[in-house]
Amino acid sequence: MIRKIVYAIFAAIIVIALVMFFAAYPFGANKMAVGTYYLNHGVAQTGAANIVTSVVLDYRGFDTLGEVSVLFAAAAGVAILFFMLGIGKKERENLTKPNFVVRVGSRIIFPFILLFGTYIFVHGHLTPGGGFQGGSIIASGFLLLYLSYPGTRVNRGGLSIIEGLAGLTFVVLGLWGLFTPTDSFLYNFLPKGLFNTLVSAGILPIIYIAIGFKVASEFAGIVDDMMCEVICRGGEK
Amino acid sequence: MILVSWILIVLMIGLAVLSIELKNLIAAVVAMGAVSLIISLLFLLLQAPDVAMAEASIGAALTMAIYIIGVRETERSEK
Amino acid sequence: MIYYVGSFLLIAIGLYAVIVKKNLIKILIGLNLIASGVNLLIISVGYIKGGTAPIFSRAGLNAKMMVDPIPQALTLTAIVIDASELALAVAFVVLLYRHYKTLDIKKIRSLKW
Repeated sequence: MIRKIVYAIFAAIIVIALVMFFAAYPFGANKMAVGTYYLNHGVAQTGAANIVTSVVLDYRGFDTLGEVSVLFAAAAGVAILFFMLGIGKKERENLTKPNFVVRVGSRIIFPFILLFGTYIFVHGHLTPGGGFQGGSIIASGFLLLYLSYPGTRVNRGGLSIIEGLAGLTFVVLGLWGLFTPTDSFLYNFLPKGLFNTLVSAGILPIIYIAIGFKVASEFAGIVDDMMCEVICRGGEK
Repeated sequence: MILVSWILIVLMIGLAVLSIELKNLIAAVVAMGAVSLIISLLFLLLQAPDVAMAEASIGAALTMAIYIIGVRETERSEK
Repeated sequence: MIYYVGSFLLIAIGLYAVIVKKNLIKILIGLNLIASGVNLLIISVGYIKGGTAPIFSRAGLNAKMMVDPIPQALTLTAIVIDASELALAVAFVVLLYRHYKTLDIKKIRSLKW
């Protein structure tokens, strides 16, 4: 009963917030303050056609570094929790084998998923998409592989190396900016190139490719930990 | 355009209510994934293609898979 | 307009699940719904009527007719964080289930309120 009362109080707060929100921020009106500056100067300052990319990686690049570290911490937390669970596991379960169409179809479609994910994060500064989207598409390709071939294990050492190298690329490119005349972290020191071509926008595509590899390997690691709980009980990790 | 967004939002609210009221937890998780998919369509209507791609690939695919593995490791239905 | 109402309803439904429900998986589903509602609210604040996506993919696009890029950048990072945090939460739920053999928070003594 007390839960219902607490919820009623929260619902009242939500209704009041809705009314206040309608009054303060009309839908569809132009409310930009900082966004106008980014839209007007983003192309000249960063060289990326996608302004969202230039906000994520250039103007707010430091926040993205923090976000990638939060992602790393969460993936490490999942791995540690399931390592703690490893004591007293049940015996190995025998999963039913998926049928022929699923197995052959996933084998055919898996390289194309990898190719599509790579395309998404290589073209992150020109078209919608980027490292986060492409990385998660690649990780869902690995998920497909796990579902169609139970008992698959990815090479965890290789995933760790890719993840570490990608993170190192991001930090080294950021630190390099400290040695340029501007003395600022994550300064875009490479030449901007021709606008709206693949090799343009300085360091932004390199950082997005690094983020793509990092996100892909971290989500693949999370999926691997979770699937290992289902499949390889009693076995070694 | 406006009609499409009305239909999508009504569908989204219905699926959200379904996802917390269904007793079968697998069905509830699948309804939650459908909410994420509809939200990614709404992001596309709101001119945010980057966010729509992220929501479709992370919110609808990976999160749902992780939840389903979690449900499989615990209980299938809510008592 | 309808987007505001939809996102607030989504937040309300998620809060209902978090406060009233007693099953741990249902509570996590409620948290996910709250996160989705907040993302939808932030994106719809940045929308401008008749605007285009903030991408200069061809010549002739006017910067005055573009939607706000900052809410999109914020939401992009928020979605990835949500997914990883909820994976951690699912791992905690599996750990709790192994220890207490139940998902009901009434029976898990340290979570009772």
